[in-house]
Amino acid sequence: MYNYETILKTISMIEREKLDIRTITMGISLLDCIDSSSYNACKRIYDKITSKAEHLVRVGENIEKEYGIPIINKRISVTPMSLIAQASGDQHYLKYAEIMEKAAQETGVNFIGGFSALVHKGYTIGDDILIRSIPEALSATTRVCSSINVGSSKTGINMDAVKQMGKIILETANLTADRNSIGCAKLVVFANAVEDNPFMAGAFHGIGEPDCVINVGVSGPGAIKIALEDCKGQPFDVVAETIKKTAFKITRMGQLVANEASKRLGVPFGIVDLSLAPTPAVGDSIARILEEMGLEVTGAPGTTAALALLNDAVKKGGVMASSHVGGLSGAFIPVSEDEGMIAAVKCGALTLEKLEAMTCVCSVGLDMIAVPGDTSAETISGIIADEAAIGVINNKTTAVRIIPVIGKKVGDEVEFGGLLGTAPIMSVNKFSCKAFIDRGGRIPAPIHSMKN
Amino acid sequence: MRAVITVLGKDKIGIIFNITSVLAKYSVNILDISQTIMQDFFSMVMIVDIENSTVIFEELQSELEKKGIEIGLSARIQHEDIFNSMHQV
Repeated sequence: MYNYETILKTISMIEREKLDIRTITMGISLLDCIDSSSYNACKRIYDKITSKAEHLVRVGENIEKEYGIPIINKRISVTPMSLIAQASGDQHYLKYAEIMEKAAQETGVNFIGGFSALVHKGYTIGDDILIRSIPEALSATTRVCSSINVGSSKTGINMDAVKQMGKIILETANLTADRNSIGCAKLVVFANAVEDNPFMAGAFHGIGEPDCVINVGVSGPGAIKIALEDCKGQPFDVVAETIKKTAFKITRMGQLVANEASKRLGVPFGIVDLSLAPTPAVGDSIARILEEMGLEVTGAPGTTAALALLNDAVKKGGVMASSHVGGLSGAFIPVSEDEGMIAAVKCGALTLEKLEAMTCVCSVGLDMIAVPGDTSAETISGIIADEAAIGVINNKTTAVRIIPVIGKKVGDEVEFGGLLGTAPIMSVNKFSCKAFIDRGGRIPAPIHSMKN
Repeated sequence: MRAVITVLGKDKIGIIFNITSVLAKYSVNILDISQTIMQDFFSMVMIVDIENSTVIFEELQSELEKKGIEIGLSARIQHEDIFNSMHQV
């Protein structure tokens, strides 16, 4: 009943092709921690997170050992903090970020997401305070991640929020200038944000979610690249089939780990995110998959088509392997976290504009892109607006995680360390969009959003 | 619980003896063994029952790894479910 070849294949996928589970993320609702006193609220938040996630890291490590499959990250996502904090009447939410950091330290997770606000249609009082607290919160903490949803296909784009986020990103960059502006690597601006995303920095625990849930994100660009090496010169039909089959195997493993983690932690299983997430390690790159399909370098004409095929085939292969699929589900193209993307930018093949086109056909958006520190807030807002428009019009999630690295210029390189990788500073269009961004207001929802 | 042991590396004398002696020491029952040698490369897959093992999984795992390093091969043990789930619909 055992096929020994498949056993050896599995071993090879893990050892040589760097197949891994990217993250087990525990989503925790903090809605029952709301209190008119911020002191009490913070105490409740800390108690709830540390009791729910007490065993998360240990259980993750045990599964890792027993199944022999690396689980890179154990993380926590919580209810958007603007919803929790605003009953307190505080005028600054740094305290809430600090308690998230403390709970993350206590539970041993490397990131905690949910210093977030959903403002796609407008601001509540708490949303406004939270957004203004972001630069300080991300500067004073290392594990807290923040995300803001500025648009959705149902509501259009909140251009006031887009404008403000340009300034907030720049301010965060300035406050963390001594650390290569790393604060911005923990800040994502979304359109059509999803409630069950297990990946950082954009993870938060949506209000439609249960009290506590386990979501799992898989990875495995290396496995797909190596599978494609066996179909050199063959037509795309074969390429698509090969990716589907490999994605199936990768996702099955994610489902197994998700079920096991859910059982051991006594927490319901939520979703498996069918994502292909690269790391800076050689052999774990999305760009190299595209190049395996026949591109000299990622960014060459044909790149968007190659990525579209990859993204679609990953979903088709993965969807049957999991009982519940969710999150962002698709191929990620973070520049600094992908060795092939870094190389493509360095040799001039891959530009910001090409990346923007690529984000139309993949999850998620302009991710981990370092730009010169003197980029204006309006230009950053313009980039966010373009990306949000792609998401809103095409009914997909898009995001911007852009890092204006203070003191750096095009051609320089910054090291963020660990999974965040190394980013070459990319050139940004020099022409101004100030008058456009200054208009403010809302871009109305597209006509095809009216489906009722 | 059943687990799969895989031993990979350059062929030499006494691989099976070394690995199985660890298993016998801790009352791990071998259900099936398959081995192949391609050129000089040795690969062995073993299905074992660890229900009556006298040590916990992690300890057995580290003992096998240690033995593997001692004889210059990689030896690992994994829960069988990972192989079942990955390759079957």
